[in-house]
Amino acid sequence: MLLIHCPYCKETLPESEFTYAGQAHIVRPEMPSEQTDAQWEEFLFLRANPKGPHYERWRHFHGCGRFFNAVRDTVSDKFLTTYPANTPKPDLESLIGDAE
Amino acid sequence: MSSYRVAGKGRVDTGKPVDFTFDGKTYQGGVGDTVASALLAHGEHLMGRSFKYHRPRGAVAAGSEEPNALIGTRRGPGRFEPNTRATMQEIWPGLETQSQNKFPSLKFDVGAVNDAAYMMFSAGFYYKTFMWPRSFWDKVYEPFIRQAAGLGVSPTEEDPDHYASRYLHCDVLIVGTGPAGLAAAKVAAQDGLKVVIVDEHSEAGGTLLSEPQAKIDGTPAWDWLSATLAELKATGVKVMTRTTAIGYYHQNFVGLCERVTDHLSALPDDTPRERMWRVRAKRVILAQGALEKPLVFHGNDRPGVMLAGSAQTYLNRFGVLVGKSPAVITSHDSAWFAAFDLADSGAKVQVIADTRAEVDADLIAGAKSRGIPVKLSHTVTATSGRLRVKSVRLNPVDGGSVGAGSNVTCDALLMSGGWTPSLHLFSHTKGSLTWDTDLTTFLPNETPEDCIIAGASRGLWGIEAALKDGVTAGEQTLDALDRAASGTHSYAVENDRAGTGVTHKELLTDKSPGKAKAFVDYQNDVTAKDLRLAVREGMRSIEHVKRYTTNGMATDQGKMSNINGLNIAADALGKPQPKVGLTTFRPPYTPTTFGAFAGYHRGEHFEVTRKTQIDGWARENGAVFEPVGQWSRAWYFPKPGEDMETAVRRECVTTRNSVGIFDASTLGKIEVKGPDAVEFMNRMYTNPWTKLGIGRCRYGLLLGDDGFIRDDGVIGRFGQDLFHVTTTTGGAARVLNMMEDYLQTEWPDLNVWLTSTTENWSTIALNGPNAARLLAPLVEGIDINDEDFQHMSCAEVTVAGMPARLFRLSFTGEIGFEINVPAPMGRQLWEALWAAGQAYDITAYGTETMHVLRAEKGYIIVGQDTDGTVTPQDCGMGWAIGKAKPDFVGKRGLMRPDLVAKGRKHLVGLLTEDDSKLEEGAQIVFDPNQPKPMTMVGHVTSSYQSDAVGQPIALALVAGGHDKMGETVYIPMPDRTIKAKITSTVFLDPENTRLKIAKES
Repeated sequence: MLLIHCPYCKETLPESEFTYAGQAHIVRPEMPSEQTDAQWEEFLFLRANPKGPHYERWRHFHGCGRFFNAVRDTVSDKFLTTYPANTPKPDLESLIGDAE
Repeated sequence: MSSYRVAGKGRVDTGKPVDFTFDGKTYQGGVGDTVASALLAHGEHLMGRSFKYHRPRGAVAAGSEEPNALIGTRRGPGRFEPNTRATMQEIWPGLETQSQNKFPSLKFDVGAVNDAAYMMFSAGFYYKTFMWPRSFWDKVYEPFIRQAAGLGVSPTEEDPDHYASRYLHCDVLIVGTGPAGLAAAKVAAQDGLKVVIVDEHSEAGGTLLSEPQAKIDGTPAWDWLSATLAELKATGVKVMTRTTAIGYYHQNFVGLCERVTDHLSALPDDTPRERMWRVRAKRVILAQGALEKPLVFHGNDRPGVMLAGSAQTYLNRFGVLVGKSPAVITSHDSAWFAAFDLADSGAKVQVIADTRAEVDADLIAGAKSRGIPVKLSHTVTATSGRLRVKSVRLNPVDGGSVGAGSNVTCDALLMSGGWTPSLHLFSHTKGSLTWDTDLTTFLPNETPEDCIIAGASRGLWGIEAALKDGVTAGEQTLDALDRAASGTHSYAVENDRAGTGVTHKELLTDKSPGKAKAFVDYQNDVTAKDLRLAVREGMRSIEHVKRYTTNGMATDQGKMSNINGLNIAADALGKPQPKVGLTTFRPPYTPTTFGAFAGYHRGEHFEVTRKTQIDGWARENGAVFEPVGQWSRAWYFPKPGEDMETAVRRECVTTRNSVGIFDASTLGKIEVKGPDAVEFMNRMYTNPWTKLGIGRCRYGLLLGDDGFIRDDGVIGRFGQDLFHVTTTTGGAARVLNMMEDYLQTEWPDLNVWLTSTTENWSTIALNGPNAARLLAPLVEGIDINDEDFQHMSCAEVTVAGMPARLFRLSFTGEIGFEINVPAPMGRQLWEALWAAGQAYDITAYGTETMHVLRAEKGYIIVGQDTDGTVTPQDCGMGWAIGKAKPDFVGKRGLMRPDLVAKGRKHLVGLLTEDDSKLEEGAQIVFDPNQPKPMTMVGHVTSSYQSDAVGQPIALALVAGGHDKMGETVYIPMPDRTIKAKITSTVFLDPENTRLKIAKES
């Protein structure tokens, strides 16, 4: 079972308190009706499947209830960082540097 | 004393006799014996039959790696466990054990014909044999396979034991109490550090228990062991025995299964049988030691053929000679020491045969001084003896050619093919391995976890090397915890038995390899020949070889067979071993009971059962319940003598004719509140909300951004900034999660609060022509009529003296109300309405009647009539879409090309021509005479008997259904094809006249 740091509670807690919520930094367009079919398809369905660091969302479901973002390495299953929703992507280079 | 017990040897207390039975016969052992050691003390080697060939088998090992000696253990009714290792099960007075895979008896087994027919059962025989003819599958092959499949017999009774689970947080967890683990624990045991050390055996010590000859810093090994354990316990180290580390999971999360009562004669009250510890350790030290490898030769599975190190353990730990005239075949020094120990305890060792040409001179001298004949450069080509080994055939090897064999009489054959480091837990961490050419084995390399592996589990042989490596591991662990080691730890060991050896594939033989039964995996009856056959038949990956032959797939998880199997497969493939690779070790390390994993989560505690406040009334009034998600809901309320159909028909008729009362408390309820509540609602739901007046409610439809229906429910507006949202029973948590997702991450600027209020309200629905008449006298604050409280209204009022949120809505097509009161008042309100309803012959109805009544009106149930690919238009609910709104979740999705395409499946009504009731889920075709496979154009989603309509009704999704009103479709069933006519989904009162409250005269 993973340990996950909730950036709101500022505590590292067992995975069973959290639920996974898909890839992070996929922003719903301001005016969906202006989206072409291709754009809308990409927004709805196309997701990354990286081997390595992955930007993803988690929700502290059985805790504060907040959605937040994380960078998790899909190979080692290690969290490189977690950070609040609606904040920019952290710099991957420095994160990997930190981990090493 | 039993005839094979050696006085003065071992740690078993033979002064405390313990009687137990094996296959009905009583045996006596002592406190500290396992079933295997106690049977061996009586000279009984035969303990089971093999899985596939039913060959006689005895214990080949002395620990949890044992593949052969699997027994059933019984402790009175309900307490039966199959496949227990006789080598691990401690005996206690009254223990009943039985052998497995035998018919009719262990000594005479008719299934052993499989052994004679072994050519047929070689690798992949399932895949080849049972391919054809097709007609043989049901009647011949499957019954045969089912009968033959499986090890042991499953218990049939419910397990009366209970199982516990605990969490444990510690600084250092050490797995293994051999010299490496103990030395590491001594270093790590410091004030303020929580250290835990575990071992799967009944007592701590590991190798030390089998090597009493060693002296550590001048102290005999067993004295050193007891002093060390006392010292560790005094420093606060938690020492856990009978506790197996079964799996190593992420971030130093280790599962431990502690066997609490299986060794006790009387079960203490309130004690779990097993306890699963979920340990989160800051640092882990793995000191699991190494496992001895068998040699692979024809007849290496005969009872009495045993690992040399295990024979040494039986002698030194249990005081049992496994044979009085044993022979030894080895490729490693360690077996020589075992032979010496047995000889020194009175056994007449017949021969030590070694595959190597050169062996350490001290060993040769040791053999000579004991009068043991030595044969170097020898191979073993056969054994004899039906139920116990009687002789071994040894042949000299010269330059790769095998000379003439000679038979040596023996009553046991000790073998050693060298040692394999235990890398199971290390591999669970995704630790990488490196191949060591000298040791011919994999060694641990790097692990991503905060973990150190020490001692024999990283290929260090001998007690001194293990102790020193344990010290290093302890120091490194302290360093990682920012602690300094106190003092220096150094060990000197006398009579240490560090040795060397070589590793083989199957041993050289002068016999036809095609006929050799040289076992690699004992438990799954996989021979060297099977592995070579797999390679010949095209298997290249070790993972394929494993699955084709089942090598390493038995419950012992290849503890003995993996490296031998790899050596043979690599040879057959002509590749070096690291290029072939090792199959993956997976948890659990040893078979673990389901009870231990389930812990407290069984029976009523398996899952939370949610009950409403009215549950008690429903139970007292004979309701039958059905699970809906986690909820237990009243399904129908049969009167004495009524079956389900009769009860449901009566509930429907009474509700349509007078009034029915229904517990709707399980409906999801979400309070949406805040200055931006209406904007939020406009963005979430398809419908427009801006113009919905306070005190009015509306049916709301929730889509995903893909345009498909996710949920629905009636939503009331109780204030400018306050909406009372209801959701489906099963969808409540999902809907709130979705709302929170959009609110928190897409629209954080909206000032809205979402609160789950499902459990704050008890909700009671009243429906029927008399519903208003019944309710009106109980309501204060509003008049119940079509002018003051029209259909789709809501208000905060008092009902029967209780504060209530009252909705006028209908899920039945009748005059309907939903009354929400604070949850604890639910039953009080129910009983008040029930009492008042007696004048109207009120009926309580359950979920089944609710389903029928709504279907008669064509009201959908999300998840039954929709399946996640259905749009509002598909359901004929385009009216629920606020087309003028610039955006809502799903609006853009509804414009996707596939969602506006022709020929989509539409929700329609179906009436059968022969008035039969359709089966829900039945497939629909347009042309019943088309060739098979037919083109299926939809399916029945809901189907009920309907007295109100006068014939059975059904809802169905049918391709292009909305354009096919009145047309006939066909529902092919196994016995006949049913004709049905496509109709509107509204079967009853399409003008909604029944919703009107007549003026009282």
